[in-house]
Amino acid sequence: MTELPPTPPRVWAWLDPRPAASKGAGGGRGRRSSPMSWRWGDRLALVAAWSAGILLCAISASIVLYMGFRGIQYLRPGLLFSRPQASSDQAGSGGFLDPLIGTLLLTVIGIVLALPLALCSAVWITEYGQGGRVRNLLARVVESSIEIVAGTPDIVIAIFGLALFQQHLFAPFSFTAEGGGVYGNSFFAAGAMVSLLALPSVYAATRDGLLAVPGHQREAAFALGKTRITTIRRVLLPSVRSNIATGATLGISRIIGSTAIVLLLLGSTLRIETQGSFPGIDVLRGTGSTLTSYIYENSPAGEGGAPQKAYAAAFVLLLFVLALNLIVDRIGRAQASATGITPLGVVV
Amino acid sequence: MLERLKKPWPDHRAERLLGAVSLLIGVGVLAIVVFVASKALPIFQHNGLSWLLGGGDLEAEVNRMTAATTKPAAAVYHLRAWPLIYGTLLSSVIAVVLGLLIAILASVFIVELAPARVTRVVIPMVRLLASVPSVIYGLIGILVLVPFVGNHIITTHEKESVQNVVQLTGAGVGVTAVILTLMITPIMIALICEALGAVPQSWREGAVALGLNPLRAVRAVTLPAVRPAIVAAAVLAGARAFGEAVMIQMVSGGKYFSPKPIDGVVFFYEPFRTLASAIIDLRDGLDAPALGASIYAFALLLLFSAFVLSLTGYLVKLPLRKYQTRG
Repeated sequence: MTELPPTPPRVWAWLDPRPAASKGAGGGRGRRSSPMSWRWGDRLALVAAWSAGILLCAISASIVLYMGFRGIQYLRPGLLFSRPQASSDQAGSGGFLDPLIGTLLLTVIGIVLALPLALCSAVWITEYGQGGRVRNLLARVVESSIEIVAGTPDIVIAIFGLALFQQHLFAPFSFTAEGGGVYGNSFFAAGAMVSLLALPSVYAATRDGLLAVPGHQREAAFALGKTRITTIRRVLLPSVRSNIATGATLGISRIIGSTAIVLLLLGSTLRIETQGSFPGIDVLRGTGSTLTSYIYENSPAGEGGAPQKAYAAAFVLLLFVLALNLIVDRIGRAQASATGITPLGVVV
Repeated sequence: MLERLKKPWPDHRAERLLGAVSLLIGVGVLAIVVFVASKALPIFQHNGLSWLLGGGDLEAEVNRMTAATTKPAAAVYHLRAWPLIYGTLLSSVIAVVLGLLIAILASVFIVELAPARVTRVVIPMVRLLASVPSVIYGLIGILVLVPFVGNHIITTHEKESVQNVVQLTGAGVGVTAVILTLMITPIMIALICEALGAVPQSWREGAVALGLNPLRAVRAVTLPAVRPAIVAAAVLAGARAFGEAVMIQMVSGGKYFSPKPIDGVVFFYEPFRTLASAIIDLRDGLDAPALGASIYAFALLLLFSAFVLSLTGYLVKLPLRKYQTRG
């Protein structure tokens, strides 16, 4: 995950919207460089840079507008509240209540598994990771492991999850056949793997927050006789709360968009099928679908030709993504008004 | 017992607990490598490294694997994966080259040229482009772009020219490369913008004071300073393109076919398949031992290349550390 710089530096007087008087010493004096006096090559490059920026905005806007148009065209409230039916005909195949619940369930499982892991490792690396050769080595191992997890394609994570949960050791966590065959498909298996998608962003956000906490805050707590762990719990973690929230939101948006893991690890049942009889656990062990797998299966690439349902579900999914983007913006802005820095993170 | 847990923890116990939880991640990474490699082993035992080469009929080989019994003969394991590797390289390289061009221009625009009011609009838009799920890109591709290209751009003459080899529907290299470019450009923009923002302001001022116009200053001073970041952006975005599975499976046409550059324009309409999209396509055949092993072999190659590319990206970015004064 990388962040765009805070408000970008600007030296170019001719594009500065502020009046000349406010530009500081000498800023308003002298001849400005006008693009009209540049050579052709430079003018061309200027136009190319502007058009690249505008092109990206136009594409992004047209994706949202197009999906919005299709969503309004095909989304009916009934679709949100009715369960999917097996049917070859679009009119009879029901709605996507189950995929919607599946997405929410998977997000909750994924983030609940990712948060403690990411917080522990971020705290351990920033607060305990120095001093001693063994400690340095272990800290490097954990850091590079997280880098590797961040760089691993989600299809590889999915296929690893399948290999892992098909082990008989993990039979209690996944969908099992009558004869004892372990499919390795379940909400738990998929949730465990999507938590790996969210892990790096939560870790990076928390670590950056902890590194930015000034040392004297820690020293003040130590001077009051607090232990390191008490300082972490009472001073450091509360002060990086908004970083954790940003990281978690970025992680959630990766989880709800993950398709490969869901296709391989959640089974291909449209409805949520339970396994076993223990309430709660039966859903975790069972299979189901999410919005992403519902879109895939209803598109021409999947089984069915129900593009209208796919559009409607994609519209709902895009609304979630937009909402999460908005939350990240809000947290960033709140942070900015508290600290004077404007983080403009790009989800990567 | 509970009373003991409620009391403030001594530091050494807290440290050990946190450390143990963190090391779980290391164990997890080790498990990924071990599991995927051990499952892929049979393929490499039977094919050796010539698995990476071409020369076979991949479709027939895969069909043979799908049809094989639970104890397949050694001949069934024969597979030459080059068409998939070629497809992966092809789509990623086109996307990285196109994306790099757009990303450099857009980053210069965002950091150096655009007024603050414009930047405030552009950055959220680019971020949105990065956070659209790949299945939505795939849906737009398969329902909008592919039919459009198939019906309006490919001429009947072009369709007839390769009729006997492959059928052109619109799904293929061109559409895939365009969408893949859109998906990886925001990653490059983020990395390049970060580096541009870290270049000392005085360098720009110096260049302008010497009489360069803003664009000349960018070309002479700022861009050379962030050259490592540009290379790192290309490498890391390439890693992302390598692993993209769902979108490519939806819009690439899904044929075991190697598009031939010699075909001219038709090349961009020819279907293909990548390592990652083949995994998605063959996912129901994992129970067949030979096919399962080759799927894990595809995953192992992806894992290996992702590892190499991340490492390259990290090493290339190292020289940039000297500019990082803030944070």
